[in-house]
Amino acid sequence: MKADIILAGVGGQGILSIAATIGTAALQQGLYMKQSEVHGMSQRGGDVSSNMRISSTQVDSDLIPRGKADVIISVEPMESLRYISWLKPDGWLITNAKPFNNISNYPDIEEIYKEIRKVKNHVIIDADEIAKEIQSARSSNIVMLGAASPFIDMDFDTFKKALETIFGSKGKDIVNKNLEALEKGRSYTMNHKGN
Amino acid sequence: MNKLLLLGDEAIAQAAIDAGLSGVYAYPGTPSTEITEYIQNNKTAKDRNIHSQWSTNEKTAMESAIGMSYAGKRSMVCMKHVGLNVAADAFMNSAITGVNGGMIVVVADDPSMHSSQNEQDSRYYADFALIPILEPSNQQEAYDMVYNGFELSEKFNVPIMLRITTRLAHSRASVETKSVKEQNKNSLPSNLRQFVLLPAIARKNYKVLIGNQAKFEDDSEKSSYNAFYEGKDKSLGIIASGIAVNYLRENFKEKEIPYPVLKICQYPLPSDLIRKIYNECKEILVLEDGYPLIEGKLNGVLGDKKIKGRLTGDLPRDGELNPNFVGVALGLEKKSEIVVPEIVAPRPPSLCPGCGHTDVFNALNEVMAEFGPGRVFSDIGCYTLSALPPLNSINSCVDMGASVTMAKGAADAGMKHAVAFIGDSTFTHSGMTGLLDCVTENTPVTIIISDNDTTGMTGGQHSNAQNRLHQICIGLGVDEKHVRTFIPLKKNHEEAIQIIREELLYEGVSVIIPHRECVRTLERKHKDKAKHE
Repeated sequence: MKADIILAGVGGQGILSIAATIGTAALQQGLYMKQSEVHGMSQRGGDVSSNMRISSTQVDSDLIPRGKADVIISVEPMESLRYISWLKPDGWLITNAKPFNNISNYPDIEEIYKEIRKVKNHVIIDADEIAKEIQSARSSNIVMLGAASPFIDMDFDTFKKALETIFGSKGKDIVNKNLEALEKGRSYTMNHKGN
Repeated sequence: MNKLLLLGDEAIAQAAIDAGLSGVYAYPGTPSTEITEYIQNNKTAKDRNIHSQWSTNEKTAMESAIGMSYAGKRSMVCMKHVGLNVAADAFMNSAITGVNGGMIVVVADDPSMHSSQNEQDSRYYADFALIPILEPSNQQEAYDMVYNGFELSEKFNVPIMLRITTRLAHSRASVETKSVKEQNKNSLPSNLRQFVLLPAIARKNYKVLIGNQAKFEDDSEKSSYNAFYEGKDKSLGIIASGIAVNYLRENFKEKEIPYPVLKICQYPLPSDLIRKIYNECKEILVLEDGYPLIEGKLNGVLGDKKIKGRLTGDLPRDGELNPNFVGVALGLEKKSEIVVPEIVAPRPPSLCPGCGHTDVFNALNEVMAEFGPGRVFSDIGCYTLSALPPLNSINSCVDMGASVTMAKGAADAGMKHAVAFIGDSTFTHSGMTGLLDCVTENTPVTIIISDNDTTGMTGGQHSNAQNRLHQICIGLGVDEKHVRTFIPLKKNHEEAIQIIREELLYEGVSVIIPHRECVRTLERKHKDKAKHE
């Protein structure tokens, strides 16, 4: 198997929590992985991305070549479009609907959705709203991971196990909230694929 | 024997601990910061009392590492590429003194300038100093090179440079660790004048260093980090160094590379291996992440039409290498641009909401409107972001500490009301000596040291300026009446304006120290506190 995933967002939105979950799952499966992160200047509210590469054979480049990403997971709608050159023609773009508006010239959000809908395979999901609904506002990134999970060639249970590993020390309630977030995200995608 | 998921930086740190390190010395700098942070938080390092506190700058770090080596122990010094400029004096001479305990100089270069003012390639420095370089192609090799590098340093009696670039520093992969070695015991150099670089001794040491070059090269020829891979198609030979090796392999996923390939990850360059690929192949493509160092050496002054790379336009002359550029150079894909839909607006980094620097700039902007534009010299730190809208506050950012001395030079040239804007950590890194220059001549400058109690841009490391700024300025001779302070908050805006205006009108050296803790470190403290309750 192989999964080349671009994670996108704004510095401070915590995209690395998604990377950590996928990474833990991959390691528990004995898969190879490389994951490059952004540190330093861009973390101050600028655009950030992470390249996550998982494979049953050795991973060479830390960077995903353009046009080869299987999935883009973006926790912010405008940011999902910044890396569109990396998505393979039949790859999936999964984005949070909720804009993060920290610039003066943020475009009209409807225009952004319109542009996202031009991508053949896409899911726009209000992960913040779903996380709020289950009274776990901080789990919106895990909702995003759930929404992307059908397009990552790994058994869904491995993500659950990874969440148990990561959040285990924080108690059962937190684990269960995150598991619920993961399920909610996944079922949203199952019901809205390619809208 | 253990498998860990580590950043390249962390792999280096873990390897050093496992190799019997006694001290790491560093000043924070992206992308090298995480090496020292890992050692600071590592249990074995704590149990072994491995030194890991931040140094005041890269030069003090390098010198401390040389001192630890003198005392017989294994030391490591870490920095970003421009940090090596600061440490260059000590670095160049450490090649002449040689080592006692093994010493590794880790330099993290930043091609494409993700978080830097330039993309200089540190390999030139090692070439200049005549010492070996190890340049890992992946996280495992980074681990292995550091683990074995101390012995190499001790064997050859020189510091070894480990050179990485941003991508390896900040990418995670699985790394297999080795058994933990004993630390060296204290010992004196066998010749107690080895480190005395009096001309008569230095000349002798230098001849020894020159004499050792053949040994270093011989080691490169035999090194397992350098490898020649046969290929049937001799129309092209590929020389790839460091992480460029991965970008090459990426282009031949699950296929054999048809061309002969020479992987170079240890320098000085192995000339026999290079001669072999050069003689066998019709053309040579050189892949390296950084400046065209290997390509330039092969080309020489007269040029060689067989050699292709960054100098011939087959690869971009500047910026970080990537799998696509390599694909284009190999003729496997067409040149393509990154397409970002027009609707996507740039999102540059900015100062955090609630940041104290912003309050200082708001006051400064208002005062500078009275005195005229183009007078604010600034420095390296979060506050450099004030060059961008909406603040548009500063007019320079050159190197650590340059705000103070550039303001001085401009004042010497006749500029009235020159201002330096610098952070607390940058000030103690390289601003203090410049302030002494100002004091010596009573230069009319206003130096604002925006004190947030931390080294902010790199993630909030300890600042050696903490609680010392006032004393330092007075100690350097600034008139106490002109060392002013205020708390940068909205409610103190009028007070801030008044202080800045008064000091700008004073025709001598003024220091203003706005002081409020970084919102990020404060937030972290609250979180840690909540965790412990």
